[in-house]
Amino acid sequence: MSAQGHIVRHHRWLSVVLLAIALLIPTATAFAGPPSPLTPASTEATIIRDLYAVVFWIAVGVFVIVEGLLVYSVIRFRRQHPEEVPVQLHGSTPVEVAWTIAPAIIVAVLMLLTLRSMRTLYQIPSGTIQVEVIGHQWWWEFRYPDLGITTANELHIPVGEMVRLRIESVDVIHSFWVPELGGKTDAIPGHTNTTAIQAMKAGRYHGQCAEFCGAQHAQMRIEVVASPPAAFQQWVENQKAAAAAPSDEAARRGQQAFMSSACIGCHTIAGTPAQGKIGPDLTHFASRRTFAGASFETAPQNLAAWIRDPQALKPGTLMPKVDLSEEQINDIVAYLLSLK
Amino acid sequence: MATITEALPLTKQAPQTGIMSWVTTVDHKRIGILYTSTAFAFFLLGGLMALIMRVQLTQSNLKVLSPELYNQLFTMHGTTMIFLFVIPITVGLANYFVPLMIGARDMAFPRLNALGYWLILFAGLVMYSGFLTGDVAAAGWTGYTPLSELRFSANRGIDLWIVGLLLLGASSIMGAINFLVTVWRLRAPGMTINRLPLFVWATVVTSIMVLFATPMLTVGLITLLLDRQFGTGFFALEQGGDPLLWQHLFWFYSHPAVYIMILPAMGIISEVLPVFSRKPIFGYSFVAWSSVAIGFLGFLVWAHHMFATGISQGVNTFFMIASMTIAVPTGVKIFNWIATLWGGSLNFKPPLYFAIGFLSMFIIGGITGVMLAIVPFDWQVHDTYFVVGHLHYVLFGGSVFGIFAGLYYWLPKMSGRLLDERLGKLHFWLMLLGFNLTFFPFHLLGLLGMPRRVYTYGSGLGWDLWNLISTIGSFLVGLAVLVFVYNFTVSIVLRRGAVAGPDPWEGHTLEWATSSPPPPYNFETIPGVHSRRPLWDQRHPRIAAETELAYE
Repeated sequence: MSAQGHIVRHHRWLSVVLLAIALLIPTATAFAGPPSPLTPASTEATIIRDLYAVVFWIAVGVFVIVEGLLVYSVIRFRRQHPEEVPVQLHGSTPVEVAWTIAPAIIVAVLMLLTLRSMRTLYQIPSGTIQVEVIGHQWWWEFRYPDLGITTANELHIPVGEMVRLRIESVDVIHSFWVPELGGKTDAIPGHTNTTAIQAMKAGRYHGQCAEFCGAQHAQMRIEVVASPPAAFQQWVENQKAAAAAPSDEAARRGQQAFMSSACIGCHTIAGTPAQGKIGPDLTHFASRRTFAGASFETAPQNLAAWIRDPQALKPGTLMPKVDLSEEQINDIVAYLLSLK
Repeated sequence: MATITEALPLTKQAPQTGIMSWVTTVDHKRIGILYTSTAFAFFLLGGLMALIMRVQLTQSNLKVLSPELYNQLFTMHGTTMIFLFVIPITVGLANYFVPLMIGARDMAFPRLNALGYWLILFAGLVMYSGFLTGDVAAAGWTGYTPLSELRFSANRGIDLWIVGLLLLGASSIMGAINFLVTVWRLRAPGMTINRLPLFVWATVVTSIMVLFATPMLTVGLITLLLDRQFGTGFFALEQGGDPLLWQHLFWFYSHPAVYIMILPAMGIISEVLPVFSRKPIFGYSFVAWSSVAIGFLGFLVWAHHMFATGISQGVNTFFMIASMTIAVPTGVKIFNWIATLWGGSLNFKPPLYFAIGFLSMFIIGGITGVMLAIVPFDWQVHDTYFVVGHLHYVLFGGSVFGIFAGLYYWLPKMSGRLLDERLGKLHFWLMLLGFNLTFFPFHLLGLLGMPRRVYTYGSGLGWDLWNLISTIGSFLVGLAVLVFVYNFTVSIVLRRGAVAGPDPWEGHTLEWATSSPPPPYNFETIPGVHSRRPLWDQRHPRIAAETELAYE
């Protein structure tokens, strides 16, 4: 219990330091704060932050002692006379043995602390929801095989529950990382890595590909949406439903334009002729707050600009510029935004 | 029997001055100067690339550079600073000073030595030639497969990068063999292993590491080249290869490469601190053997770059323990260096400033290195700016400050002129300030979730302020380097610096026993050595007789 109290005290200090840092940061707009490993929102990320909190203060202690000795000797032993010859001390075995043992002890303590937290990390219970996380240049595909859902860039999870992730890649190596919810796991072609994600409170958590993966590595972002079980269930039902039929004239024209253009070669919209597998599944496109690797907000003008010339917004993206008239673009935007 | 009194005739008179004398030289000192100046030119290029990148990252969503160009720049910045600057400049200093320090007339294989240098220059030109056509590698200095495979990196940049690195690897191996044979065979009488200057010790350990590590990188590079050019599938999943194999081959070389870059700087520090403290190094044997320990352990830690790749927890734990263990011999060195200053009579000249700069900054890099070995913490900060901060505290705060200590210490020997002291101190303070402003915020950015190798970042993530501070700091570093270039130009190129004389610092080791610059044959007569500090003993015969000999 006392050890627990000790750690809690460390956290308070860490929070003060973080708060001081945060105060210097211009007010965030899209997110509550930086996607920092130091503001954990899951059990795993909290265990890692707690370990860091202890390590941080050990590091500060080592830093202060060693730099202190250095600064002291630099000030204290300045040359006084040009002819001064100090005592010619060649060494001292007992002293040197002592300062060989001292770092060895500190390092041993760190190892034990780490092994202790590694034992408790990522104990994945059976019978949890499973999601296949598939890295693509430069977006994320999320498949829920048990629920029959495929979506992109926004990973929905129920609050409190641990969700098992199977991490894969179809092209180069990526790395799945949502700092507030835990450490990163690489997505490597031919290797399936398993990890788990969980959020203690509802919210949107920002993440990003962490392994350099080519031209648009910077805009391969992730949003994790953690919602209360009922809201999650509602989301699941919505995602399982077939794509909404276009309700107004523009959307209907947009659907026609979409189905008769190159779009269907890459994108799937369930229940329509569009069955492409290269780009993100668009069946419930408008239910997502962002698009193109969670880089742009799903808004009519953003979407129109994107369809008009994807290379202008995200140079290097694999989505080609498709020859469409302005009317067609606006209609396709209307159609896509109807796919709730 | 007649005694030969005339010089033996040369088979062909080699040019003594002019450009041809530099092209054809096999003198270790001239080759050392070629290495050092070429490496420094690449340092300026690599630094320029860094400044351009910093401009792009000053604020969120800037469009100064295209993603393609940004990715090329960080790839070439890393490649340049590691392979074309830090490694060759330490090889250059070793080339110049190892033979002098051990009392030899040249390296064991002078022609091989010259070849080693020319390979470096050509390797650099090969890699940079891509800028003429836009074919520049853009897969990071780590060149991870499958991104670096033809399918994902279609332009010729990666091929030029591979060929360049292969040439550099060949050069490194030649240099390593040459240093080992030189130290083994050409030591002056009395220069026992136990009396070798610590910079020579560092060069020996570094050379052994180069010999064992470089072939692994060469294997990786050749197989990648075969994949790209001849369609083999060593790293291609579709052909039964494994993309992860590259990471093992690459890091088996590239982690030891960190020690290949830091050990020579540690060697420089171990020369500078005693001379400017007027004391012997504290614990010669501990300092020497801790280099050996670091060199050995350096081969057992490569997978700490791969904690997030899904290797088993048992393997992760092994590499964590090995990585942390390196902190022990490293800590020993730091304590011994501080103890060398302790009780000394510190002579505050630019070499000492930079040596202390090395110490104070390297301590930070060492501490964050131990933190990164902690597997779960690494899962969070791996591939973030925290790592970029750490590596710059080791390689810039450590190696580069150490290299500048070496340059201020030895350039007077190489040129015969002293650099201006006040400009040297200005250089130091600007660089220390700029360095910390640039790289300390990187740790915070990593802890705020910013991944590395991103050409831009969104607003509202709380990363703008620290990036702005970092960019300002980076230009201070640029200014500091310009102060050095100015000082060098005025003091040495225009020869307005004070005349150095043979021994401006009251040095301890044999390079100070000859003129500045030394004659082609180094020493008129090969000096005899009776202790670790032959020159100090000459100046202080009485104290030497009492203490020095008792300590071997």
